[in-house]
Amino acid sequence: MTMENRKLQSVAALESYRTKIAESQKNEYPVIYVCGGTPCLAKGSRAVTEAFKKEIESQGLACKVELRHKVTGCQGFCSKGPVVSFGNDTVYLEVKPEHVPEIIEKTVKNAQVIESLGYKDPQTKKRAASFQGIPFYAHQKGMILKDLREIDPLEIDDYIARGGYASLAKAFAMDPEKVIDLVDQSGLRGRGGGGFPAGTKWRSCRAIDSEVRYVLCNGDEGDPGAFMDRSIMEGNPHAVIEGMIVGAWAVGAHHGYAYIRDEYPLAVKVMKKAVEDAAAMGLLGRNILGTGFDFDIKITRGGGAFVCGESSALMRSIEGKVGEPRAKYIRSVEKGLYDLPTVLNNVETWTNVPLIVNNGPKWYRQTGTQGSPGTKVFSLAGKAVNTGLVEVPMGTTIRELVEKVGGGIRSGRKFKAVQTGGPSGGCIPESLADLPIDFDSLSKAGSMMGSGGIIVMDEATCMVDVAKYFISFLAEESCGKCSPCRDGLPRMKQILTDITEGRGKEGDIELLEELCDVLSYGALCGLGSSAPNPVLSTIKYFREEYEAHIRDKRCPAGVCRNLVTFHIDADACTGCTLCAKQCPQECITGERKQAHVIDQSRCIKCGVCRDVCKFDAVRVE
Amino acid sequence: MEIDIRKIDEIIERYDKSEESLLAILQDFQHTFRYVPEQGMKRISEVLDIPESKIYGVGTFYKALSLKPVGRHTCKVCTGTACHLKGAHTLTDIIGKELDVEPGETTRDGRFTLQTVNCVGACALAPVVMVDDDDYYEGSSPQDVLKNLRKYK
Repeated sequence: MTMENRKLQSVAALESYRTKIAESQKNEYPVIYVCGGTPCLAKGSRAVTEAFKKEIESQGLACKVELRHKVTGCQGFCSKGPVVSFGNDTVYLEVKPEHVPEIIEKTVKNAQVIESLGYKDPQTKKRAASFQGIPFYAHQKGMILKDLREIDPLEIDDYIARGGYASLAKAFAMDPEKVIDLVDQSGLRGRGGGGFPAGTKWRSCRAIDSEVRYVLCNGDEGDPGAFMDRSIMEGNPHAVIEGMIVGAWAVGAHHGYAYIRDEYPLAVKVMKKAVEDAAAMGLLGRNILGTGFDFDIKITRGGGAFVCGESSALMRSIEGKVGEPRAKYIRSVEKGLYDLPTVLNNVETWTNVPLIVNNGPKWYRQTGTQGSPGTKVFSLAGKAVNTGLVEVPMGTTIRELVEKVGGGIRSGRKFKAVQTGGPSGGCIPESLADLPIDFDSLSKAGSMMGSGGIIVMDEATCMVDVAKYFISFLAEESCGKCSPCRDGLPRMKQILTDITEGRGKEGDIELLEELCDVLSYGALCGLGSSAPNPVLSTIKYFREEYEAHIRDKRCPAGVCRNLVTFHIDADACTGCTLCAKQCPQECITGERKQAHVIDQSRCIKCGVCRDVCKFDAVRVE
Repeated sequence: MEIDIRKIDEIIERYDKSEESLLAILQDFQHTFRYVPEQGMKRISEVLDIPESKIYGVGTFYKALSLKPVGRHTCKVCTGTACHLKGAHTLTDIIGKELDVEPGETTRDGRFTLQTVNCVGACALAPVVMVDDDDYYEGSSPQDVLKNLRKYK
């Protein structure tokens, strides 16, 4: 078929095409979905894929029956990858190539579940090989991520077969204002961090009198510890594109850009292919589905600058300029890209749009809270047992997320805090863990939703070190345009470094607070004005830790290298030699089954020995 | 390093003759030549009619661009939050020791450039090491990472 006659000429043509592919995708055998997300690839899902292909071929299944084998986007349970599922409730974790013949024989051919490949509950030791039975999945609600498990991101047909691009038919049949009404009524708020109501943004942009308007997608997910948008772009790119087309129709834009981080090469590749495929089908470009509406999307790669996630800096970067932000009082909906009215939403926000148009605002509001409807995708990372990509209704408490989905803290340590919102967010202590996760509650607690990175911290995490980490990050990423940010952050970094290295003095905490004040009032853009959050929130909830560093020259968590020494408790040590093997300095010595000793003169205090010790014999003082 | 001017023109040809293409062209330079050559910036200035100073500004602003050649492979140690908590700092030290470079430097034989980067978005593998564009390694066992690095020639 040539490119030209693949073009769908009308909404009816899209519907009949959908029926046709859905029919052709029916199979005797279930489809094998091997997760192709980055962590699973790193854990060997390519080898598993090859093994499946080989087995299918050697059994002659490939030609007789249409047993399809797809590399899907992220399936979420990254810490237990590679993940394999079958389009039903069955799911296998940590699958290796040698498991493949058994899976084909039992699960694919005879619909039997192999429990031993399921999730092993660390407490009860029971196995569960179903989404319903694994706590990590059972406590989630999949509105955005559900399709990621089953759609081949490189096949537009797959997306269409599952109802993709259906919202266009509805939207095009409506007056653009009415589409905005829908989004307004749904209460959709921007998932990029600020939580600004999407409907309000769209309406203000449409209201500006202009020939040209732009619709942009912010895929510059720069917050360390966040990988939701990456997974969506890599796993379900057409959902993002569909959302953008609806947005373009609603605000009256004919050109769009998706700005994607340079550090996400796979996301760039997948999104580029998706845009080309959509254009080839007549879903992008001139006269979309024969409606007379034109809209195209260009992909811009970022250049590796965190500040370009800020809206005005992002727009300058698309223009090919240095990505410096400008003052906030100039609104992008009036003067955005090339100083023309622009709507900028992030990847996840756009992905919500087709759901709202297809199912209506009432349906959408059944999930989440009054003020923050819908679900939120989080990247759960840090010291939780289960880490990965998760989606829960807004309003889920931090504790539910950490303990039920995350399975609690690794190696039995105590849950201390969560960090949300990346460098613009703050730390919320365990004592506030019953707080519901929504835009307003998190802000009130001194943090923010941010784009959705949740880093779980245990008692072996030093909060001063965390503050120093974020301030160092921001000091490095400051673009240098305004002085509170350019000069204030390095000064804060210096004070925090002094504190963590034992040179802290009385008055340092107060000086930090004062600098925070200056930044929050004086900085030009969001990067600078929210930079105090990691410092202020840790001072607020963990002041005694700062004081221990300053007054007693002690790091209670045992992290700050200058303030701690590592010892092996001779009574607790069993002489298993594990720490000696893992020590990067090779400075732990001892006979097998004898207590080991650390050579203090060569110890770099990296803590590897403490992390690997199964007998809790490594002490930090 | 000798740079083929035809290659430079070939890259510039791929894009619209507008300022919007600047970052993409520079990124393609980086990819092809492993750095942004001065001749390349001069050529863009002529073809796209942008002052050289502006091009230099963009070339030095973005971290993905380098005015000095980088190694045949880049080894990026992620220092995102999750990786930081799980010992990315130590991992950087260990890899730096093995390659005999500091972060930001290139090995003498031009094999590797060691970089620390802010989150590659694979937090479940923390601490994670990314080599070139496609290879990710879980860094919880530094010795395994070193073993893997030796595969790159």
